[in-house]
Amino acid sequence: MKTQSWLAAGVFAAVAAASPLAASPAKAQGALVMYCGVQEEWCRAMSTAFEKETGIKVAMTRKSAGEIYAQLKAESANPRGDIWWGGTGDPHLQAAEEGLTQEYESPANKGLNDWAISQWKAAKQRSIGIYAGALGFGFNTQQIKSKGMAEPKCWADLLDPKLKDDVQVADPNSSGTAYNLLATMVQLMGEDKAFDYLKALHKNVNQYTKSGAAPAKATSLGETAVGIVFIHDAVVFAVQGDPIKPVAPCEGTGYEIGSMSIVKGARNLDNARKFYDWALTPAAQGLAGPAKSYQVPSNKNAPVPPQSPKMSEMKLIDYDFVKYGSSAERTRLLAKWDREVKALPK
Amino acid sequence: MRRATQLVLLIGWLGYAVLPWYLPEGMSLTQFGWLSGYPLGKAGSALALALSGEAPWLLPVGVALLAATVFWRSADPGKVARVLVAAGGAGLAVFFLQGFGIVLKGSAAGWATALFGADVAQAGMGGGAFLTVLSLLLLTCHGLAYRGYCRGDLFTTSAIGIVVLLIGLFIFWPVMVILKSALVDQNGHVALSAFSDRFFSATIWGLGCVSGGTSCGVAWNTLILAVLTGVITTLLGLACALLLQRTAMPGKRLMRALTVLPIITPPFVIGLALILLFGRSGFFTGIMADWFGIPRSRWIYGLPGVLLAQVLAFAPIAFLVLIGVVQGISPSLEEASQTLGAGRWQTFSTVTWPLLRPGIANAFLLGFVESMADFGNPLVLGGNFEVLSTKIFFAVVGAAYNQGQAAVLAMVLLAFTLGAFWLQQGWLGGKSYTTVTGKGDAGLPTPLPRRVTWLAGLAVLPWVALTLVIYLVILVGGFVKTMGRDYTPTLEHYRTGFAIDFSRGLFFEGAAWNSFFTTLKVAAISAPLTALIGLLTAYLLTRQKFGGRGTLEFATMLSFAIPGTVLGVAYILAFNVPPIEITGTGLILIIAFVFRNMPVGVRSGIAGLSQIDKSLDEASTTLRARSFTTLWRVVLPLLRPALVAALVYSFVRSMTAVSAVIFLVSAEYNLATAYIVGRVEAGEFGLAIAYSSVLIVVMAAGIGLIQLGVGERKLGRRQVGRHKAVALSGSVSGPISQGAAS
Repeated sequence: MKTQSWLAAGVFAAVAAASPLAASPAKAQGALVMYCGVQEEWCRAMSTAFEKETGIKVAMTRKSAGEIYAQLKAESANPRGDIWWGGTGDPHLQAAEEGLTQEYESPANKGLNDWAISQWKAAKQRSIGIYAGALGFGFNTQQIKSKGMAEPKCWADLLDPKLKDDVQVADPNSSGTAYNLLATMVQLMGEDKAFDYLKALHKNVNQYTKSGAAPAKATSLGETAVGIVFIHDAVVFAVQGDPIKPVAPCEGTGYEIGSMSIVKGARNLDNARKFYDWALTPAAQGLAGPAKSYQVPSNKNAPVPPQSPKMSEMKLIDYDFVKYGSSAERTRLLAKWDREVKALPK
Repeated sequence: MRRATQLVLLIGWLGYAVLPWYLPEGMSLTQFGWLSGYPLGKAGSALALALSGEAPWLLPVGVALLAATVFWRSADPGKVARVLVAAGGAGLAVFFLQGFGIVLKGSAAGWATALFGADVAQAGMGGGAFLTVLSLLLLTCHGLAYRGYCRGDLFTTSAIGIVVLLIGLFIFWPVMVILKSALVDQNGHVALSAFSDRFFSATIWGLGCVSGGTSCGVAWNTLILAVLTGVITTLLGLACALLLQRTAMPGKRLMRALTVLPIITPPFVIGLALILLFGRSGFFTGIMADWFGIPRSRWIYGLPGVLLAQVLAFAPIAFLVLIGVVQGISPSLEEASQTLGAGRWQTFSTVTWPLLRPGIANAFLLGFVESMADFGNPLVLGGNFEVLSTKIFFAVVGAAYNQGQAAVLAMVLLAFTLGAFWLQQGWLGGKSYTTVTGKGDAGLPTPLPRRVTWLAGLAVLPWVALTLVIYLVILVGGFVKTMGRDYTPTLEHYRTGFAIDFSRGLFFEGAAWNSFFTTLKVAAISAPLTALIGLLTAYLLTRQKFGGRGTLEFATMLSFAIPGTVLGVAYILAFNVPPIEITGTGLILIIAFVFRNMPVGVRSGIAGLSQIDKSLDEASTTLRARSFTTLWRVVLPLLRPALVAALVYSFVRSMTAVSAVIFLVSAEYNLATAYIVGRVEAGEFGLAIAYSSVLIVVMAAGIGLIQLGVGERKLGRRQVGRHKAVALSGSVSGPISQGAAS
């Protein structure tokens, strides 16, 4: 008897201790579960501003776009999230292709830039552009000076033998940023020349990082001389006063479209649509700058942060998101890059 | 029917007839709106739902309980045993059949739709279902005990039943769910060719680093790193344990504290500190370049850096395992050796060293497995040196989105870990390592031979020095503007994270408070549960004989061998849908931690138990104590070092784990580490380091509390300089259990 009462007591204690934490996530009226794919400050600013404006309680989780995609896929039988806001466009397109997200046509669509709408069309109305950022690189001013070379301005400058083992870029297999580079080069130079360029660049690359923005950090710390990143990722460190200078390459460059999608099977669909409409307004998009995010907003009337890279002054390619966002083309290019570039000896 | 069995039946009826069967949405203990409609509706009890026809499939479960209850007063043990086994077993069968058969709308099993219509569905199970299944399980176990299994001991059969059920549900099942995906291609069709293509890929097994200039396959990288880490951490841990226990070395306290520091350090921070020190623009690199003209290089990125970080991080774990073993070696054997004329060195090499073997094997195994599962250090310092854990993470979340690939890589990782496990078993063989016995005075510990002392000292010193420097960096990092460039002192990082506003009462304003409190709560709840289940399992594995013991031991290692990321994804896949629907709650975090950290409790428990002579148990049994009493009053007090290790380890791991929980955290239940990773991603090293420092202090306080609460074990050993012969055999089995962990 004693034995059993101990056991029972233990079980009850465990159940009692755990029960407050077992409380299910709120699904009360006026709630919204938001998966946020940009940096914390911006996520927080968005969710609190929306709460203040509508009284709808936002439960926000911040993760990288890849993580959110993986979570949506794992949860697809019984979705938990309502809206996926932010993060690079490729995983959004992938989710749209696999039917993890649902169609919506917002009345706010007409105030948006063309690139935002083309993302919406590419995703068959399941995803829309909320911001854009151009691809480029950042260099560490001190390191470049100590090498006695001119400031790099073009993609071609990165092949300089003086930069041997001093360029960092992410691995396209793990990072959307680096895949964007791969696709950009193919569109800019044609496939054969693009791979020649990447093979030559391979000699100067010291590390293919896992995360897309990591080279910006490494450049600002001086761990590498050049990091290939989205320009706004480099701007973040430049604004902090780090010795890093962002560059929009002279030959022209590609860009990402940060996107937003409504989760298929969203439990708070009405609120998700409300958020969707609101997030496309100039006021909501104006929250980026103060939250230290320097992407270019998709609403034509939204204020552009003064530190933002000026997309109008860059040579941008006509990025084909439908073609290069498709599973088939992505798999083919990645396999080719693995075979012809990454496998090369240094 | 014994009273214990009657109590179990009552628990069963409580679960079946009174408590809400399902886990209702919006459940809370302060507002009761979710209870509307009770005993029917969403929060209804199984009895009401079954009788009213809302959920008729729950009826057979009640019938099983009823069948057992009919024999409430029966005095015929044979008949009761048969009824309990039959009713309990049948009850469990129908319970799981309906649980897994009837789930979400549209995905019920064939028999269920045939019986109850195509729209049949039910929510995730809750407290009522939990108590009912527990009761059915215990009834079966009691029935088996009545029939004479495990010498007719109710506690033993019940404990085995519970452990098997828990491990089956929370380790085996999720692992099966994820491994199943290794066999399907990207479109979800079963394809064996896809599996073999992935498995025999050159990226896994390539030998480019031997033959040419390219890098080796990720499997080889992982293996080399893990073996190196395992060997070095074991040697360092052993050196440290011997120095602390067997010499009059100065600075023991400082060393003890220092060895604990790395385990209570959140991931990324050691890697970050190493970069700030040894990176190309690092502090030491600068000095070396300026003073000695050694060119700045990136040597830290790759195998050397990851190895360094892992040794710093995991050597303390080896130390914690080995200190218990070194303490436990009975000096009487060494004294006997010396009486027989052996020198110090001969005694050490022929007596002490062989007795250390189980500890060494366990320490190596832990270091090896930890290194394989480690994710933070390779991520920060890996450079182009890829290991399985990071590769798995990016196969799941990266641009390739290849869950099948992740599952295949996870299988390779599992194979390595389990291989190490089998080797260890083979090495230890069937030898006896028992030194804690009930017999008499054990004598004084022999001092270490001089050459061993010197060797150990030489190994430990640089390690201690490096650890000190790293923590200096971490300490300073939180209080200066930008570590490495701008050393202006500031409190800004702490203010951002931990500001408290007193102007309107106590208001926790800082950005970090929310995740901080959740982390604390989850860690405090999961640590004792982990220790309880871990040590109980260790006891069953070493002290009880039952069929399937080997399988059980294998299963406990499984969750440790699986990298956190895979476990995280497996948990979402398995627990996002009924019958167990707990994603997004705090409960899933607790369960993930308990079952991920349990192997440490099991390993340290096994290492500790293999030193305690079975004759102590037998004496207790002979004196008519039941196995629970023996466990509680004889074994547990002697297992205190193992208990401390299990508690400390699981508390700390719950506060520092990243990869296992990155998919499990939600808006309401965010954890400190997930928050810190976000800060590091955003480049805010200052806040990340400040938050980490706070966590270190909190964990240190937690460990202190645990050690205070559990206390040291008292072995009947004399101390040098104390001329009283203390404690004969009586004290070991005597009433020294006071103060044992509650």
